[in-house]
Amino acid sequence: MHKRPIFKFRLYVADDTQNSAQALVNLRAICRTHLAGRHEIEVVSVFRDPQRALTEDIRMTPTLLILAPAPVRRIVGNLGQTARVLELLDLDPQVT
Amino acid sequence: MSPPRSRVSIIKAVPKALTGIIGFDQITGGGLPRGRTTVLAGGPGCGKTIFALQFLVNGVQDYGESGLFVAFEEAPKRIAANAAAFGWNLHKLRHGKLLFMDAQPKIDLVQCGDFDLCGLLAMLEVHVKTHGTRRIVFDAFDIMVTLLPNAITKQREIYRLHEWLLAHDLTALITAKTSGDEPSSIVQPFGFMQFMVDCSVILNHGVVLGVSQRHLRVQKYRGSGFDENEAPFVIGKDGLDVAITRSMGHSDVKISNGRVTSGVKRLDAMLGGGYYRGASVLITGFPGTAKTTLSGAFAEAACGRGERTVFVSFDSDGSEVIRNLTSVGIRLQRYVKNGLLRMISARTLTGSAEALLVRVKALSQEHRARCVVIDPVSRFAKSGNELTAHGVAERLIDWSKADGITLVCTSLLDEMSDQTQGSTPLQISTMADTWVHLSYLVQAGERNRGISIMKSRGMAHSNQVRELVLSDAGVTLADIYTAEGAVLMGTLRWEKESAERVENEVAEIAGKLKRVRLNAEEAELQVRAKSLRTELIAKQVERTLLARTAGTRKDELSRTRVRRKELRGDHFPSLRRR
Repeated sequence: MHKRPIFKFRLYVADDTQNSAQALVNLRAICRTHLAGRHEIEVVSVFRDPQRALTEDIRMTPTLLILAPAPVRRIVGNLGQTARVLELLDLDPQVT
Repeated sequence: MSPPRSRVSIIKAVPKALTGIIGFDQITGGGLPRGRTTVLAGGPGCGKTIFALQFLVNGVQDYGESGLFVAFEEAPKRIAANAAAFGWNLHKLRHGKLLFMDAQPKIDLVQCGDFDLCGLLAMLEVHVKTHGTRRIVFDAFDIMVTLLPNAITKQREIYRLHEWLLAHDLTALITAKTSGDEPSSIVQPFGFMQFMVDCSVILNHGVVLGVSQRHLRVQKYRGSGFDENEAPFVIGKDGLDVAITRSMGHSDVKISNGRVTSGVKRLDAMLGGGYYRGASVLITGFPGTAKTTLSGAFAEAACGRGERTVFVSFDSDGSEVIRNLTSVGIRLQRYVKNGLLRMISARTLTGSAEALLVRVKALSQEHRARCVVIDPVSRFAKSGNELTAHGVAERLIDWSKADGITLVCTSLLDEMSDQTQGSTPLQISTMADTWVHLSYLVQAGERNRGISIMKSRGMAHSNQVRELVLSDAGVTLADIYTAEGAVLMGTLRWEKESAERVENEVAEIAGKLKRVRLNAEEAELQVRAKSLRTELIAKQVERTLLARTAGTRKDELSRTRVRRKELRGDHFPSLRRR
């Protein structure tokens, strides 16, 4: 079994608005279940740090950037559909 | 309320932000609602983006309000390139605080679940705070809205945006697509925006009889009156130009009592001194009745006075017109060379009557023309539909009056209409100040051109028909002879004239002869008088001589007597008697 990659996430949120809060909850749950011990989550508030959002062209919140493993992908939404998120992360739903 | 009155009484209660778009500010009585949101809806290619850009550019340039353009559909670079076509240097305006934000959705964007536009608002917040933005445009906002997963979200996000705009007191313009050409059908569920916002403007781009026509209509305007009719507009060199006739309140134009020559001396005489300056003159007639020639004469005279003139020809190229006019002694080439005269060949211009008018207007303003010739104005009606053409003619006259331009239009008469009635397709004849009609009179196997003045407002004018004579020496008018109830023109007139000429010559020669004879008689008499006088002098001399001889003899006699007495000694008579 080859060395499994570490997942780096950056989640842009609009503070604790409903979608943003849900996204954070969903992301944490997925990481706990499927990426235990091999994930990093950075949360950025577009209100408190708009300059960063500006540089990264964040228009919709929540936006999740998957920085590693490459390539960088961005997912917009509250990440409510777990199966779809796993598919995008290229993870097997059966493997924990 | 009648339309003109409603135009005058447009309420100005709601604070407004001038757009600087010709016509639009008049329709709305001052522009878009300040600090409120306006939706601008329209089909593809109807000019939404240009309208929006113009609103921002003018805001920065003329009203000192910095603007932000949020582009959802096109890259800002491309928008800037397109804007350059209208002479807006967006790069330069950046320093004047016109900024662009690229808000195109990322192509690689993956959606998973519900989301909102807080990120966008956060970005806008930064922009607005750092640059003091007063005007904001969301171009093709519908693109962003369609990405939202469901109707509820869409509605929620639109409300969120609207609230944010109101909270920041921004004068906002949101453009949105309508499907196809149907003007009022904004793609649902975006449509409810039109109910939500304070002002809604619809742009419409349709094709009528194969001719493109653009219209603008204000659908709603909370707290303000507005002109409710559809107004035609064109996208010209400087952006949108919405066609409106001047509202009643502004109709006071400086009226001139000055006259300008028509270019034909005797026509001036018929008009009692020429056209009024700033008047609209209509020259009607059938093909070949010298309408162009008459307008050419006017142009030449105008240039001769040093007035800048524009000659719009729909029938032939400018150089052709010049060549043809040269044959009747009207020389325009020199004025084209020195820049006074601008010939515009409009044969190739296509588009609606409205578009043509705007081009003519723009070119005339560019040339700073004081006199404009349109030959023939009836082309306006042909190249579009007759419905709008009438309005165009109205606006043409309106514009020329407002700018104080003396306008000479020729118009082809409807072939079907009666020659003496002479109705023009544009109904311009009722609006024109002076109407000169040219006609053919066929008589004795000849066609001759007759000229008459149908009407001329505010000036005494001749009621007589004159003959228009074209020759290489120029355009002249000739009296026509009426003999035994028939009008004589052409050859008949010439014959009559030459007969009169012969008569005159005969009389003149007779007079000369008599003068010579009298001179001779006078000379003879003078000679006789002189000889008589000489004779008189001779007689007088003779008489004097005679008198003197008589005196001498008398003296001689008395002396002789004295001597004789002496000799006889009787000069001592006293001695002898003593």
